[in-house]
Order: sequence, then C-alpha cells, then structure tokens
Amino acid sequence: MMRKAPRTATALGSGILVAALLLSSCSSGGGGGGATASPAGTPSAATLPQAEIDKAMTTPTTLTFWTWVPNITDEVAMFQKQYPAITVNVENVGNGPAQNTKIRTALQAGSGAPDVVQMRYQDMSSFTVTKSLLDLAPYGANDLKGDYVDWVWNQVSSKGQVFGIPQDSGPMGNLYRDDILTSAGISQPPATWDDYATAAATVKSKTGSYISNLAPNDASQMLGLLWQAGVKPFAYDGEQTVGVALNGDVAKKVVAYWQKLIQADLISVDPDYTDQWYQGLAAGKYAGWITAAWGPVFLQGTAASTSGKWRAAELPQWVAGEHKSGNWGGSADAVLKSTKNPIAAYELAKWINNDKSSATEFTTKQLFFPTLKSVLSDPAFVDLKSDFYGGQAVNKVFAQVSDTVDVKFEWLPYMDFAASSYKETLGKAISDKGDLTAGLDAWQKALVDYGTQQGFTVK
Amino acid sequence: MTSVTVADVSARGSTHRAKRTITAGKRKQHLAAYLFVVPFFVVFLAMLIVPLAYSGYLSLFATRIVGGVSFVGFDNYMKAFRDPAFFAGLSRVALVLGVQVPIMLGLALFFALALDSGRVRGSKALRLLIFVPHAVPGVVATLMWGYLYGQDFGPIAQFFRTIGLPAPNLLAEGTVLGSIMNIVTWEFVGYNMIIMYSALRAIPTEMYEAAEIDGAGQWRVAWSIKIPAIRPAILLTVIFSVIGSFQLFNEPSLLHNIAPNAINDAFTPNYYAFNLAFISLNINYASAIAFLLGITIMILSYVVQLSTQKREVRR
Repeated sequence: MMRKAPRTATALGSGILVAALLLSSCSSGGGGGGATASPAGTPSAATLPQAEIDKAMTTPTTLTFWTWVPNITDEVAMFQKQYPAITVNVENVGNGPAQNTKIRTALQAGSGAPDVVQMRYQDMSSFTVTKSLLDLAPYGANDLKGDYVDWVWNQVSSKGQVFGIPQDSGPMGNLYRDDILTSAGISQPPATWDDYATAAATVKSKTGSYISNLAPNDASQMLGLLWQAGVKPFAYDGEQTVGVALNGDVAKKVVAYWQKLIQADLISVDPDYTDQWYQGLAAGKYAGWITAAWGPVFLQGTAASTSGKWRAAELPQWVAGEHKSGNWGGSADAVLKSTKNPIAAYELAKWINNDKSSATEFTTKQLFFPTLKSVLSDPAFVDLKSDFYGGQAVNKVFAQVSDTVDVKFEWLPYMDFAASSYKETLGKAISDKGDLTAGLDAWQKALVDYGTQQGFTVK
Repeated sequence: MTSVTVADVSARGSTHRAKRTITAGKRKQHLAAYLFVVPFFVVFLAMLIVPLAYSGYLSLFATRIVGGVSFVGFDNYMKAFRDPAFFAGLSRVALVLGVQVPIMLGLALFFALALDSGRVRGSKALRLLIFVPHAVPGVVATLMWGYLYGQDFGPIAQFFRTIGLPAPNLLAEGTVLGSIMNIVTWEFVGYNMIIMYSALRAIPTEMYEAAEIDGAGQWRVAWSIKIPAIRPAILLTVIFSVIGSFQLFNEPSLLHNIAPNAINDAFTPNYYAFNLAFISLNINYASAIAFLLGITIMILSYVVQLSTQKREVRR
C-alpha cells in the first residue's frame, strides 16, 4: 500500500503504466519497432552458404541472451570456446510470464531487446502472432528436425517454419510415495485412471493421505492431462484464426473424473508452488504428484527428507493397455526478428541445445529432461539410478513416456491470458470444489470472448 | 489536498508583498527563486503531467493483437461503468475504507495518546516497537503473514487445533480480504501513530496545566484538549488512508502467489489495472480504469476534507 504517497500516487501509477509506451509510440511510428526485416546476413536462397556462416562466426559480435536457466553460463562458455569471436551476455530478467512482458516492452520500445531468448513452448505463438520471432528455417533449422523427438519438434515448428531450438521438455508421469501406497496395501502404481480412483479411496481411508493434489492455479497441469486424453483444445493457423475447443466430450469426461475425486475428498486442491504445497509434499499429505519429467529433480530439492520413498511411473491410462501421455512445461531458445546478427544468434541457439556435449551438460548440470533423441537413448542418461527413488532409473521411465506423448498439440497466441483466466474459471471451480464442467464452459467462453475482442476469427 | 491550500496561501501572500515594492534587487531574487523551482517543474512535467496526459490519450484507443490500434472515444470508460469486475474491486476497497481504516486510526490514536500521557513505562521502546512493522518491507511482511495464515502449518491454525477447533482457512475467498485488512493495519498503525504523536508533542503544556487546575482528569484532557488540538493531523491520516485503501495493491499482489484462487485479477482496482495492462495486454482499458480510480480518489478526498472543514466553521 502506498500510504505515504499523497494523491499524486494515482497519477504516478498510471504514469508508470504508460512510461514504457511513451517510448514505444515514438519509435514504432517511424521504424516499426521490432518488426523490421532482419538486416545484413538475411539469406535469400533456401539455405545459407557455409562461407557466409563462417564469416559471421569469425566476425567479432556481441549477443544478448535472455534466459532463466540457472548457471547456463557453463554451456555458453562452451559455445564461446568454439567461437571465440562471439561474446554472449547472459541476462536473467525473470522466468516465463515475467520475461514475456519485458520482451514485449523492449520490442515496442524498439531498443533493448535481446538477440536470443528462452521461451516456453506454450508462449511461442504469442510472439509469432506479432511477427517477433525469426523463422530459422532459412538458416538451416529444418536440418535438425530428425534430431528431436517428433512431438517436441512440432512445438517449435509450423508449416516448414521453425521458431526455436528445443531445450528441455516435460512429458508427464506419476511420482508416488511407495511407502504410503504399500502401507495401504497397493503394490503396483495404478495402471488406469479407474485404478487410480480406487487406489485414492484406499490410500485415504488407510493412511489419511491424499493420493495427489490437483492444483487449481496451474492451467499447465490440467492442459497436460487433457493432452494425455487426446483433447486438442487450441488451434492457431499462424495468422488470424484461432480455435478454442475446451469443452468437448472428452475434456468433459476428464474434468468429471476429477470432480468425482474432489467431491469424495480423495484428492486435495492446494495451489502448487506455495508453502502449503511444499509442506504437503514433504510431510506426506500427498502420496503422489502428477507431474512432468522435470518433477523428479525438483522433488529431490523440495522434499529431501523423504529420500528413497518415491517412485516414478507413467500416467494412469484412460484405456487399459494403452500408453499415452501429455506434456507439461519445457522451453526452446528462439531468435528475435529484431536481432542485427541473425546468423550468430541462430548458431548460439542451435549450438548450446544441439551440440551433444552442451546438451548432455544440460542434463547433468541443470538436470534438464532432454529433447535430443541422441541424449534420450544415451545409456549414461537413461540408466542413471537415483537414490531418491530407491535406486530406480527414473530417466528411463520418462524417456519411454516421451515417446508416448501425442505429437500434435497447439497453443493459442494468448496463453498468458488463458493461464490467468483459468484461475477464475475452471481453477476456481476446482478450488471451491464446485461444478467443474461449468468451470470448463466458463473457461471456454472467456477464451473465445478474449480472442474475438482481440480481433481473431474464433472457430 | 492540504499541501495545495498551504501553497496557495503563501503564494497569495508573496504576490501582495511583491506588488508593494519591486526593486531591481527583488526582481533578481525572484528570478533566482524561479530558477530554483525549475528543476522541480521539469521533473513534475516530464514524470507526471506528460505521462498522465499520455495515459489519458491512450485510454481513448483500443489495441487489438489482430487489427492494431483504433480510436474508440470514451468506449473504454463506458465499458468500465458496465464492468462488474471493476465495481467488485471498488466495493472491496470501499469495505476496507469502512472497516479497516477506523480500526487502524482508532488504534493509532489510542497508542499516540497513551504514549503522550507519559504514564507508560518504557514508552520510547514501545514507540519503536509499534513503528517497526512499518519499516518492514511490504514483500517481507506479506510473506511472513502468508506463513502465519497457513492452514496446514501456520501458528494460528496450530493454535486452533490445540484447543480442539477446526483451523479456519484465512486465505479462502471469503476471508482473504479480512486477512489483508489485518496486514495493512499491522503495517500502518505505527505510521499513523507517529503522525498523531508528533502533533500531540506540539501542543503547549500550559493548556494541560490549566486543565489540571480546573480539575480535569487524563481522559477529559485527551477528549477535550488533545484530540481537538491535533484535528489537522488526524485529518491528514484520514486522507492518506482513503488514498491508501483505494490504491491497495502490494498485499493482494503478493498474497496472490500464496492464494491464487482466492484473489482474482480484479481484486482491487489498482491490481485490476495492472493485470489488464500486463497479462491481458489491454493497456488502453487499463489506462481508463486508472483514470476512473484517480477521479474516485480525488472526489472522496475532497469530500472528506470538505466535511471536516464545515464542522470547524460551525465551531
């Protein structure tokens, strides 16, 4: 609260609000801000001659790289060793949504935007709609297609255009407390969602724990679950047409399932990444966590006291015998169209994520879940045993899951709004233990209304 | 508001004097005076008036992801008048004004009077203790309270469990506003107390002696001398509080991380404007909301001041 500030504070508040725009209007009127065509080095032919790449990579160049990956300077140093002429300034301006805001501001201001940015898969279409990302295909990005898992490649490419080089991913699985399930008399992780519901009742009555938690603030977890069920909630044609199909029959079946568990108090509905939730994970309030491939490492840091008690499994299935999963999280490195050094910027994004030594370093230092097929099949990665999971080769579980992720899943060009609106619609219904189907309808309506208001043709 | 009137009065006084005798030396002095205030006006213009005007200008447009910017006149304002989310936010801060502000100012006045009476032992330490919460950064304070409110692990919940009652969820949709009011009170009692206390110290002590001779007790002195004497200070705290409640932002914004589903994007008008601008990417509508909020605050502050002035005239 700004109690010290007298009435000028309102004025200041709105002043700050527009301060950035003030700058933007001056520049974007003239030059078109970040949307200007890329200068020197723009390839005209389909592929770029090697000589031109070599020239760019030996010319002294400074690149700015926005990323929230901790200690990424390790990988960047490896890149700089390879290309001594290129200097890379790594800046962390906040993760996901926070960085999105800053990129937009910098692009509108027409200066201060970085060359390379880390970007969550779900956010990429929010920046292709404004034509802010550089198509990397002319720089040879399509040649990398075969190196990556199919569904991951679909996240960064569309119609032959490539807007980022995949860094990490989050195929979803089920982490569970073996000790709690065992004491409830359950020896195997539930294979189907029906089994999961039965197990939830047993676990609750015998141990008092919830089998897991459904976060009412986290649209990504729900979208991952819908992804697994085969729902295609969003579509975007890359131009002006979006599709929102959240409340179809399959999606309704999924939320009705969770409705049942919530109503019977078999699953908790605490917001995730809060104190309450961290405590719940460490104290055994939840006997499991429906999470993604980055979850196992995260959990080791969060619930260290429960080491050795956790196990990993694939998600329970809707149809017995099937193996399907969705994705939650992960990001790529993209090049902004406003860069003055597109070749060097592309090479940076490519090298740190595509070079085996750097990509492997990501899995051992940052403990990322890889997207490169060569790393995913590397015994050094796959067979790594973890004490936290009672000696289980957790990477192997998730490497197998990665192959079962539905390959086609698109995002809206306004996911920031979608995630925020989730908390007031479906998320709110979950939190209030209310009518989830109505919540799903409300989310659908909010996204259609917003899309229409923003000038999209909504199907 | 108060500062404006004071400035007006002094300005009027100086022009009177200027009219009487304008010598060359005086003129030079005036020039120097203007030079001294120039930096202020430059900053005032660049950082306040220009952004304000620009914000007003923006509020007359609509920006869409597809189709770009178009002039819409007062559409954004009309939309705000029909926006239930905006009014829900306004009614929330009005509730804070109606419930939390009287409690906070009452406590502040009580503490100030108690400290001023000189009957409290260790009053200096106490004064500091009451003021310390205001020195705690809002972020830290909210995180701390977030822990205290925690339903599974917080001390408040633990206390309830020990005495065999169910722990209340202080971060649920229906209770979170009360929890915020509590944080705000905790943060600002000391601040308001200091304002009132320093005003109390400025009252000439002869008044108390006279009252004592007339046989007035401490309560009587407080009621009939001290409170009327510090009326301007109290008015100042009231106006600050009106503005403060309507601008409520930090607490909901920070508690949103802890209770994401209890605090919606339009929880308070300020928070709504922020979310509109940076999540919904609707800077134009956000500007309109900010303007309407500013106007509301101005009207309310003026009403508060006017109503108390009238009472003073009657006296």
